[in-house]
Amino acid sequence: MDKPVLIGEAMTGGYGGADILHDCTIAVDKGQIAVIVGPNGAGKSTAMKAVFGMLKLRKGSVRLNDEDITGLAPQARVLKGMGFVPQTSNIFPSMSVEENLEMGAFIRRDDFHETMEQVYELFPILRDKRRQAAGELSGGQRQQVAVGRALMTRPSVLMLDEPTAGVSPIVMDELFDRIIEIARTGISILMVEQNARQALEIADKGYVMVQGANRYTDTGRALLADPDVRKSFLGG
Amino acid sequence: MNLTARDLGLFALMGAVLAMVGMFQSPQLAITILNMSLISAIMALGVNMQWGYAGLFNVGVMGFTAVGGLAVVLIAQPPVPEAWAAGGLGIMLGLMLGVATILAAVAVYKAMSPGKMRGAAIFGVLAVGYLLTSYVFGPAKSAVQAVNPASEGYLGGLNMPVILAWPVGAVFAAGVAWVVGKISLGLRSDYLAIATLGISEIVIAVLKHERWLARGVNNVTGIDRPVARPVELQPLPWVQSLAETLGWSLSQTASVVSGLGYAGLFLIVLGLLIWLAERALNSPWGRMMRAIRDNEVSARAMGKNVTRRHLHIFVLGSAVCGLAGAMMVSMDGQLTPGSYEPLRFTFLIWVMVIVGGSGNNWGAVLGAFVIWFLWVQVEPAGRWFMELVTSGMADGSDLKQHLLSSAAYMRLLTMGVALLLMLRFAPRGLIPER
Amino acid sequence: MEPLNALVSVTNFMLIPAFAYGSQLALGALGITLIYSILRFAHFAHGDTMALGTAAVIGGTFFLQTLGVSIHPLPTALLALPFGMLVLIGYLLITDRLVYRYYRRVKAKPMIFVMASLGVMFVTNGITRLFMGVSETRFEDGERFLFSVRDFREFTGLAEGMALRSSQAITIVTALIVMVVLFWFLNRTRSGKSMRAYSDNEDLALLSGINPERVVIITWAITGMLLVTAGTLYGLDKGFRPFNYFQLLLPMFAAAILGGLGSPVGAIVGAYIVAFAEMGVTYAWRRVFTYLMPEGLEPTSMMQLLPVDYKFAVTFAILVVVLLFRPTGIFKGKVL
Repeated sequence: MDKPVLIGEAMTGGYGGADILHDCTIAVDKGQIAVIVGPNGAGKSTAMKAVFGMLKLRKGSVRLNDEDITGLAPQARVLKGMGFVPQTSNIFPSMSVEENLEMGAFIRRDDFHETMEQVYELFPILRDKRRQAAGELSGGQRQQVAVGRALMTRPSVLMLDEPTAGVSPIVMDELFDRIIEIARTGISILMVEQNARQALEIADKGYVMVQGANRYTDTGRALLADPDVRKSFLGG
Repeated sequence: MNLTARDLGLFALMGAVLAMVGMFQSPQLAITILNMSLISAIMALGVNMQWGYAGLFNVGVMGFTAVGGLAVVLIAQPPVPEAWAAGGLGIMLGLMLGVATILAAVAVYKAMSPGKMRGAAIFGVLAVGYLLTSYVFGPAKSAVQAVNPASEGYLGGLNMPVILAWPVGAVFAAGVAWVVGKISLGLRSDYLAIATLGISEIVIAVLKHERWLARGVNNVTGIDRPVARPVELQPLPWVQSLAETLGWSLSQTASVVSGLGYAGLFLIVLGLLIWLAERALNSPWGRMMRAIRDNEVSARAMGKNVTRRHLHIFVLGSAVCGLAGAMMVSMDGQLTPGSYEPLRFTFLIWVMVIVGGSGNNWGAVLGAFVIWFLWVQVEPAGRWFMELVTSGMADGSDLKQHLLSSAAYMRLLTMGVALLLMLRFAPRGLIPER
Repeated sequence: MEPLNALVSVTNFMLIPAFAYGSQLALGALGITLIYSILRFAHFAHGDTMALGTAAVIGGTFFLQTLGVSIHPLPTALLALPFGMLVLIGYLLITDRLVYRYYRRVKAKPMIFVMASLGVMFVTNGITRLFMGVSETRFEDGERFLFSVRDFREFTGLAEGMALRSSQAITIVTALIVMVVLFWFLNRTRSGKSMRAYSDNEDLALLSGINPERVVIITWAITGMLLVTAGTLYGLDKGFRPFNYFQLLLPMFAAAILGGLGSPVGAIVGAYIVAFAEMGVTYAWRRVFTYLMPEGLEPTSMMQLLPVDYKFAVTFAILVVVLLFRPTGIFKGKVL
């Protein structure tokens, strides 16, 4: 693995006004899990949005499978193989679970039923509730729908913005298990997490961000072991 | 007040155009346009308070003006003693019973806990109340309407000075607005629009149908006027000498003088209202209103009772519309419920506000002048245009006939296009808010 | 006591007309709710647009009649429907292109859209009247009755008669077909689902590669078809007067809000409730009760709760009750 699947390199930019990101670099290798952690307002989500093209970069570049995609719109990046799960409003609440998945596959012109089957295998509960409106499901199940929807385009990279926000610890553990499973199928995962400790435990690579810049970058285990990181970001 | 040279220029231009109408068409026409423009300006001022200050979308201007017009009949017309004797008591009692029914229903709603029992109780109260009311009201209404139906058939008014009807009209409109606002403010902004659209239709339906009130579609005519009528002016020596000096006919002079009398009254009212509105706008209260309009969420977060503020401004603006409605009826000397059309009395006022510049009182006034002028003049212009188009056609052909007769609708088209163009290319209007 | 006659009477004078009127309202209210959920504004030009579409159908009908084309016993207007739809869809797409698209692009507030729709309303109104004038136009031809009062009396031997006008029967059947097709479209087709997705969650729809402009075009097209159908059915039933179409705005909005803005099922249910309430409250029940009450106790009054002039008051009362007690409507409109 010499070249990462996805890399946002030396990204600098913001939403019009002052820069939020300063020379920030995020990368993920094939089939690996990269996690961005850091205090509130550190620019974690912003970094992810920058990688996904929802933010104009002043400097730096984004490359997917060694192709420069810096100038592409988010929709175009989806076509190139990026899947994105926003933190909030990430499902179509009045549509059934199955329709949510169908909408995920909207840009695909081929038969997507095999992919849907894979999603159902990954999240068996969704198969049981496929006819139910997604908005009626529990928080954890909705996150599964959201992830499943993003998987429908068969992305090479799946990006998750705080997938465990607002779900119970048990559900969180289960979600993380599923994320590991997804990574095992060869899909690279890039996610932002509030629950830093648990997230770093499953991370192949961790990025600790502070004020829009990389502070620590290492394997998840190494970061967990690093006394400085523990003291400042993981509460001892 | 803060008018720029450009704004003054626009007003001067409008004045010049009106003067030209007076010279080249006829002085009466110029005065008529001027007077209706002044009334429209007051309506536009009311709408502008609601929309420009608070972002409230009132689609019921017609209803509020009509209610204001009703006040003129109820204040200025002489009472009809036979009608009062025939059923005045019954009607009053019936109205009170109706109000009591609603109050009782509200009381039941508040007193009981939610559930099927409450629903049944409210239904019961309403049903009994309805039966009682119609038992008392129905016969009284028929009796009143049977009194000399060709010229009366209604209760008449209080025989008070007609000027008094203007503030009363404002109060009537304010009352209706309060009820509507209580119901629909605080919800989505389009709900207010739909609710006002509904209430204005109902006001008109009531005016048309309740003959005991203001003779319905039979119209009340010959209402006292606040200014002497042309016929009364003609014998006056100074009017006669004025006619001689101007070289106009006596009747023309008299009607111009009478019209100018109205214009003077209207100008006083308009001036007073603008003065008040401008003072209010630049007071802490006005700044707060605009702060609420620009960011309702943060105003709410700062502890402002936004819905309450909205109710205030909605009632005030509607009262101004009611005032204008009363003024209009007293100028015409008649109340004709059949002539109230939403396109003319609601949506045209909106065009005035948008074209003039929402949020700016002077803008609303200028918009009223410009749009009313167009409204009056586009029809002959459209006719002229159609005559031009059809001049090559054979006389008596169906198409020619049709095109000529449809010229009147050109102005609807013109108004729509004017509104769309302004909204798109100069959304801040002729005199923008500042 | 003659309950059967009472039933026949109430069916003839109240239920059938209300059902037909409700069907016409439902198609209109569906348009309102669709525009609301996709373009996210209250479409004030709805009634006048309906009038314009109907005017096109009438034009087509007259043209077909001069050609001598007829589908007797059905009204020729049905044959002219596709033409009217084409005209109206074209008109709607042009107004969208010239007016609304700009405001979508600059992400204007919903109220600006409403304003713009006022402007469109004026223009549409003017165009309709240029062509049709303001007086009533009747364009119903074909068989007038499916069965007449006399047929019914002879067949059943009842004293009370009942008639089914063909315009009413056509209205009800057509409306049902249109509703079924619409729901099939929304729930089963890719385009329909993309519309629902867009209405549910605009950002996520964009992310999923749904083209918003396409969704908007489909929405206008469907609205156009619904409006032409509704307007033609209404015109066949009650004659065509532009102002009446403008006045349908209030009941259509009331129906959509009552059902829950954004909910198609709600729009239909709301429309029937509004229609039955309007008819029920303004209907003179005397005849019915004369049949129902024992002899000697027949009602002397008209037994009419409100005069017909106040049918809008009924609609308004419904609206008020909804706004006061359940502003999201029966079927919980998504957006409030």
